[in-house]
Amino acid sequence: MDTPSSVLFLFGANHHTAPLAVREKLALDAERAAAFAARMRATPGVQEFALLNTCNRIEVYGVARNPDTLAALRTGWCEATGCTPAEFESHGFSRHNHDAIAHLFAVAAGLDSQMLGETEILGQVKDAYDAALAQTWTGPVLNRVFQKTFQSAKYIRTHTAIGDGRTSVASVAVDLAGRIFGKLTTCRVLVIGAGDIGQKTAQAFQSRGARSITVASRTLSKAEAVAAAAGGWAASLAELPEAVAAADIVTSSTAAPGFVLPSELVARAMKHRPARPLFLIDLALPRDVDPAAAALANVFLYNLDDLAKIAEGNLAQREAELARCRAIVAERTAALWPQVAHSLNRKA
Amino acid sequence: MLSLLTDRTLLWLGALLYLAGFLTGLVALTKRQPSAGQRTILNLFLVGGWGFQMAGLYVRGLAGGGCPLGNTFEIVQFVAWSAMVMYFFVGTIFRGSLLGLFTAGYAAALGLVSLLIPHWDLVRGQKLFGNNPWIEVHAALAVFSYGVFGLLALTSLMQLLQNWSLKNKRLNGLFWFLPSVVQLEQINYRLVLLGVTLLTISLGVGASWWVRNTESVHLPKLLVTVSVWLCYFVVLLLRWRGRLVSVRFAWVCLVLFCVALLSLGPVNSNRHGYKPVARSR
Repeated sequence: MDTPSSVLFLFGANHHTAPLAVREKLALDAERAAAFAARMRATPGVQEFALLNTCNRIEVYGVARNPDTLAALRTGWCEATGCTPAEFESHGFSRHNHDAIAHLFAVAAGLDSQMLGETEILGQVKDAYDAALAQTWTGPVLNRVFQKTFQSAKYIRTHTAIGDGRTSVASVAVDLAGRIFGKLTTCRVLVIGAGDIGQKTAQAFQSRGARSITVASRTLSKAEAVAAAAGGWAASLAELPEAVAAADIVTSSTAAPGFVLPSELVARAMKHRPARPLFLIDLALPRDVDPAAAALANVFLYNLDDLAKIAEGNLAQREAELARCRAIVAERTAALWPQVAHSLNRKA
Repeated sequence: MLSLLTDRTLLWLGALLYLAGFLTGLVALTKRQPSAGQRTILNLFLVGGWGFQMAGLYVRGLAGGGCPLGNTFEIVQFVAWSAMVMYFFVGTIFRGSLLGLFTAGYAAALGLVSLLIPHWDLVRGQKLFGNNPWIEVHAALAVFSYGVFGLLALTSLMQLLQNWSLKNKRLNGLFWFLPSVVQLEQINYRLVLLGVTLLTISLGVGASWWVRNTESVHLPKLLVTVSVWLCYFVVLLLRWRGRLVSVRFAWVCLVLFCVALLSLGPVNSNRHGYKPVARSR
């Protein structure tokens, strides 16, 4: 296929090419994004464009009449973001035509994400496209490319294991809670430890709709502060036997040298609620929960290592799928490119 | 063409459709994400199988002049049919889970085994219930409760698998599709409650006629039937009191159903006052 007269371009920076400090500098907030878009529109030769602006990537997709236009756009971006042309050369990247499509396909399917196979990026690509469409920045070429991108991402997600399993410790724990209780909205959560991890855990469960949250700590005032932030109740460690008996999920992350939850305490708690499972998440080092508690009926104990192993296993499973996904991207890009090239020729 | 559709042919078709449903479910499991389409196909096979099985039982019922419970073959078929009825009610709770696959395999196994053992269908009772609809209700409810206990055995098996998976941190593959522990606990409790209720009503109806003629039921049948009821009643009581829960409850339900299935032999060999006749078709 001959090179078309107009060019489908992509330039920008992402977590592969630029460290966080540089990405922070390059990031376009709403105001700068609007200014840059206005500049794009005013640049002669720019026929279509869309901005994908997330915490890990700032990418500009568009259609331009000639390479000079691209040079002007890069200069405009450097001015909009305050980076120097040298910085862009070191940390930026660009793709054209077929390669730009392949990149967008890979991005939307989560193949280019920091957390391989994550799904949030597809929503962000959709939002970027919707915004561009609403502003009439896009035209026939980008409309077609983005529509095909969404189809390709959906196909990859459905036909490969790239999105299977959770890959962070927190999401693995939430996933496990779902396997035990079905819905988190029915669960009463007890968070033992009011440190940083306890605080984050309480907030994570609150944001996922847990029925109630109780925070227990050696220092009651700390527990009260964390509980207030998470909309829950505070308890002292002396109240643990009753609190464990009333809870469905218990996370523990104290710095105590010994077991905060001996198996006898858990066994006594289970006597009050034998038919209701108890999910114990031990996030402490050294461990807070006596491993013997795992042998009790209806008690499911997971520690940091267990959760990390599951997350790693899921990630390895995703990585094993990467080659297959890349092959799908290549195949779909090859199928789309002749149509796009034809449209680009007509635009010129 | 219609003459080819004898009762056994219809029952064969039913069993084969259950088997097809089971195989479809297995294929769907090998995919990473079984599609809604595959689940629909599985359910269509199950509905089709159930329809053919019901048609086959209906034809036999007409020929026998009552509910088709005239021999071991018919009882086993009726148990499979009842389990499928329960699945259609319970299965909606377990959307996208393994219960359809398990029920399909169970119904296919019961259906095919009963069809492949000619001995079970050599003789069958005629006018079993002596034109007494209450005795017929008693028998049908009793066998239907076995269907409920059969489904309970399947959900208990699923609970054992889910528990093993969570305790041993083996969470992928087949285990991914199992319902949550709490869902299984709840459905098991409801199933044992329903099964015991049906069996109690059945025995109550049967007892009201038995007291008028105590010789109408032989002692072995009486003992076995009451024992099965008593066992399930005790299980229900212990579950209600929270004394038998989780894995132990699941094991007991599974073992008890195997025993209950075996008890069908003595129960059937002591049918009240029916005259066995050679199978006619």
